[in-house]
Amino acid sequence: MNRELEAIYALWKREIIRFFRAKSRIVGSLGMPFFFLAILGTGLNNAFSFPGMEGNYLQFLTPGIIGMVLMFGSMFAGIIVLMDRQFGFLKETLVAPVSRLSIIIGKSIGGATTAMIQGIIIMVLAVFLGVQFSLANIVLLLVFMFLISFMFVSLGIAIASVLDDMHGFQLIMNFIIMPFFFLSGALFPLSSAPEILRIASMFDPLTYGVSGLRYILLGTSEIDFAFSLAAILGFSILFIAIAIYLFNRIEE
Amino acid sequence: MNAIEINNLSKAYKDVKAVDSVSLTIEEGTIFGLLGPNGAGKTTLISMLVTMRKPTEGNAKVNGFDVVKQPGNVRESIGIVFQDPSLDDELTAYENLEMHAALYGVDKSYRKKRIDEVINLVALGKHMNQMVKTFSGGMKRRLEIARGLVHHPKILFLDEPTLGLDPQTRISIWEYIKKLNKKEKITIILTTHYMDEADDVCSRIAIIDSGKIIAEDTPENLKDALGGDVVSIKCGASKTCSEELSKLKWVKSAVVHDGLIDIRVEKGEEKIPKILLLMEKKGILVESVSLRKPSLDDVFLHYTGKTIREQEADPKAGMRQRMAAWGHKR
Repeated sequence: MNRELEAIYALWKREIIRFFRAKSRIVGSLGMPFFFLAILGTGLNNAFSFPGMEGNYLQFLTPGIIGMVLMFGSMFAGIIVLMDRQFGFLKETLVAPVSRLSIIIGKSIGGATTAMIQGIIIMVLAVFLGVQFSLANIVLLLVFMFLISFMFVSLGIAIASVLDDMHGFQLIMNFIIMPFFFLSGALFPLSSAPEILRIASMFDPLTYGVSGLRYILLGTSEIDFAFSLAAILGFSILFIAIAIYLFNRIEE
Repeated sequence: MNAIEINNLSKAYKDVKAVDSVSLTIEEGTIFGLLGPNGAGKTTLISMLVTMRKPTEGNAKVNGFDVVKQPGNVRESIGIVFQDPSLDDELTAYENLEMHAALYGVDKSYRKKRIDEVINLVALGKHMNQMVKTFSGGMKRRLEIARGLVHHPKILFLDEPTLGLDPQTRISIWEYIKKLNKKEKITIILTTHYMDEADDVCSRIAIIDSGKIIAEDTPENLKDALGGDVVSIKCGASKTCSEELSKLKWVKSAVVHDGLIDIRVEKGEEKIPKILLLMEKKGILVESVSLRKPSLDDVFLHYTGKTIREQEADPKAGMRQRMAAWGHKR
């Protein structure tokens, strides 16, 4: 047991070291969400108001962008397993006398941590843009952010386990990540969206992430918080189970 | 005690048998070479021994542990250097080794000391805190060897340790391998298709072709078993030449390869004039003649009828190799 924990810790630490070492990658990955907030958010701020919206548009948008950063960061951290495979490092972990479960857990906790750090950075940037949050539930916020990240790292690992190389990445970006983001209600309230979008958004894990973040940060949400939390937990369990199954199948 | 005992081990991929009922015993402390062309089944055999692949038939014991039933024990007791690099380029040399130590449960208080030890063994102490992506191919390979040793394995597997390296680096890698066999007293099992290097380093050798072990002995015995000398001639009509030569009583064998004819005879220096005379009579122009003692290449040629290079040109061999390549099976 101790051995497995050691391995999880070592793999977690690796993700953290690599994350902080790749400074240009951090800046690069935070660029787009920052401009979403700073340009789209402030630009639409005065022009937009919809029924049921508390505060201004920037306020409304921020939890959505945090959700997006968590998703992008953690999906990418999961898909990076592919690069590990291409560059051979994965083999080194696979032949070590530790269970594959520990390898997945270490990777996903590591990936989730780095995604969370990015989420927190964008949250701080939002404050500078004038967004006001309640931080009364900071612990709940961190736990929830972690869950969202964990859920998407697992999905990323699952996807990485069936792809052969990074060429498939663009496909994932365009057909999974972007639709997840647009459907999640990050940019517009789902309650006023057409029926078909509303139904589609119910199958989008990020919908519950964004909704939950909005509840924690702003105190209002379209979906009941308990339901969001349950949905995130459900998706997390589903994705990690798929990830474990597919990861175990990597050669043999 | 035997480091490795293999019993009728087979591995099949759909209709191709990559390893075909191999039985083999390897004694502790040897440097054992598995020789064969690409796609012969070397890598597949090794990946079964290191528990990365499950055999379809037969069984094998590594350090007394069954590779199927006790994979955890096997993994703890062996070190592996893969054919392709498997380091994390974005970590330093030290971090790579530390990672390995953690994965193999090396005691925390002892880690630093052990890492220092192995990194100095391969003379990379100065580069300990350098990012691996700045390393040359030879340095990476040495670091991988060091990494394989961190957890005090009893056996070190090296799959093509010198592939793709320049000749000088190759020599130094073999030096390290010989040194650690002596110093750390570990059994070394390596694959290569550089016959001359294997001859120099290995204390025992098995030749593997098309998934089967076709000969196994010390390099000296393998060469002595062939006996005599090899006269190599180059001439225009190699095919007819070799047929003519094969008819002669004193010719043990005459095989055409790479545009040369290798003629195995006793007392080669006395046979050269005879051969030349015969060619003269037939009106065949001989372009060059050479005489040598049999090498492992000749041993390989003798058992398989081909040289290693010719085997590599065989498209089927390439296919086998791709199928056996590490990766997904879907």
